[in-house]
Amino acid sequence: MKRETKIEGKIWCITDEKGNLIDDIDTDMIFHNSHLHITDINEMGKYAFGNLKGWEDFSKRAKKGDILVVGKNFGAGSSRQQAVDCFIALGISAILAKSFGAIYKRNCINSGLPILEYPEDVKIGDTGDKVLVDFKTGEIKNLTKNLFIHAKPFSKVQMEIYQAGNLFNFGKK
Amino acid sequence: MGKTIIEKIFQKHTKDEVSPGKTIWIDLDVRSARDFGGPNVVKHYEREYGDTPLENPEKTFFTFDLVAPPKNIKYAVNQSICRRFAKKYNIKVYDVDAGIGSHVLMEEGIIKPGVTAVGTDSHYNIVGAIGAFGQGMGDVDITFIFKTGKNWFEVPETVKINIKGKYEYPVTAKDVTLYILKEIKTSFALGRAIEFYGSAVENMKLYERITLCSMVTEMGGIVGFIPINKEVENEIKSFTGKNDFEVINSDTDAKYEKEITIDISGIKPQIAAPPHPHNVFNVDDLKGEKVDTIYIGSCTNGRTEDIETVAKILNGKKVKEGVILSIVPATKRVYRELLEKNILSQLFETGAIILNPSCAGCAEGHVGMTGEGDISLNTSNRNFPGKQGKGKTFLVSPAVAAASAITGEITSPELFM
Ligand code: SF4
Repeated sequence: MKRETKIEGKIWCITDEKGNLIDDIDTDMIFHNSHLHITDINEMGKYAFGNLKGWEDFSKRAKKGDILVVGKNFGAGSSRQQAVDCFIALGISAILAKSFGAIYKRNCINSGLPILEYPEDVKIGDTGDKVLVDFKTGEIKNLTKNLFIHAKPFSKVQMEIYQAGNLFNFGKK
Repeated sequence: MGKTIIEKIFQKHTKDEVSPGKTIWIDLDVRSARDFGGPNVVKHYEREYGDTPLENPEKTFFTFDLVAPPKNIKYAVNQSICRRFAKKYNIKVYDVDAGIGSHVLMEEGIIKPGVTAVGTDSHYNIVGAIGAFGQGMGDVDITFIFKTGKNWFEVPETVKINIKGKYEYPVTAKDVTLYILKEIKTSFALGRAIEFYGSAVENMKLYERITLCSMVTEMGGIVGFIPINKEVENEIKSFTGKNDFEVINSDTDAKYEKEITIDISGIKPQIAAPPHPHNVFNVDDLKGEKVDTIYIGSCTNGRTEDIETVAKILNGKKVKEGVILSIVPATKRVYRELLEKNILSQLFETGAIILNPSCAGCAEGHVGMTGEGDISLNTSNRNFPGKQGKGKTFLVSPAVAAASAITGEITSPELFM
């Protein structure tokens, strides 16, 4: 199966009350440690952002194919895979961040969840905007506002793991 | 061209050419999973690889430290899942009596200078304190490594942090660490390796280096190194009595992405208020705030010397009524040292609760949790809202924690000098 290297979807900008993207969202805000015993991925979606102020009901609002837009150091904190899997469970199709926590970044790549890092000083758009993301070139196009943003494209390993589905399948090739 | 410490360690573990930004494949000398993450590793392994053997079971370990002994059935079940898997494949288990995995593996001489080590622990980079490369990873990565012994890494850039000035008790390595965090927050070193220079850090003893290197995670860094001197080399040797390692320092012409100098002269004891470890103030600024529960321990401040400092301040005094003071040595070895020095009985008389070696008050542990409106002082490394309950968690040094235990309020240790 060849996976799409271009996707289109509606964005969710994870912002505070003032409308600014929230930086340093850590894994306890994404998937709280009181749910760590859950190992069935289908169970995980409903806890996504369950401990992030203002976003507790995200799982009810997000639709399959939606794209997350987040600030700096997204996914800081613990190594828990559930903080990635909960978004896969919801069908989130990509995460666009100014930067990721180091472990979180690996966990996304290894699970085949597309992530891109975009420059700190640009704005991708507002919640509800439609964007087109090209993993190969790193180009993000905001179709609603007709904006172009250049993010860092997938690395070679990232693309190979993404195409294989996850790190395990990639390793068995 | 010269190489930085991480580049030199990587180069010894790969055939690929190492340079920042390149993705390379690294051989991992030590792989471990703990009671958190471990059961998922087992589950992934059995699903993906069935009954086939691991690459080098003798390089593979389980360490049960997060909830040890298990406080509930779910953790008991998870630990026994790992034990069964370990038995089947002949994997060594450091069980619930041993203490914090990263510390135990350093004490056992399994993680030593120059090696590459990974585990399901986001503070695994703490082993930078002895000049080893360590990285915390998720359970997918660790499962893959259990099977193959290697993984991909993007070689990070290295940044240089020069520390200017000196510090003196009651300012400790923890205060210096918090002060650095305050200065650089998470953006200077995010995704980078850090090398620390300057006489204040280069003269740090091993337990102090552990404190600083443990919080490289909170700085957003991959791993932090401090050049290793003879004294620290001897401390590392004293763990096992063996000399079977090579210390790797950077080349004089190594290339750093950027450099910063932080002047610590005259700093006072520091405290990190929620919601972030880098939300740092002088203890004096928050002085007098009432405290409900205090946890001294964790991979950041659970060594013998840390707890000795606490005993020195509390000596002959009592923990303020209504305050819970929990003290948790990092490992069994630390526990024994404290027993032998008679420190535990001293602390017992002050009214402190002394627990068995583990992570205890970190994450999902059973120590230092808070209810609505509670204030907790904690010597560990994270104060994110909700992590330890509904109350507020402040990060401090063992000295500040001890002084505050006596008064029941946030207090600078200067008061007890
Ligand atoms: S003490 Fe806390 S931060 Fe350190 S290894 Fe244990 S759980 Fe992780």
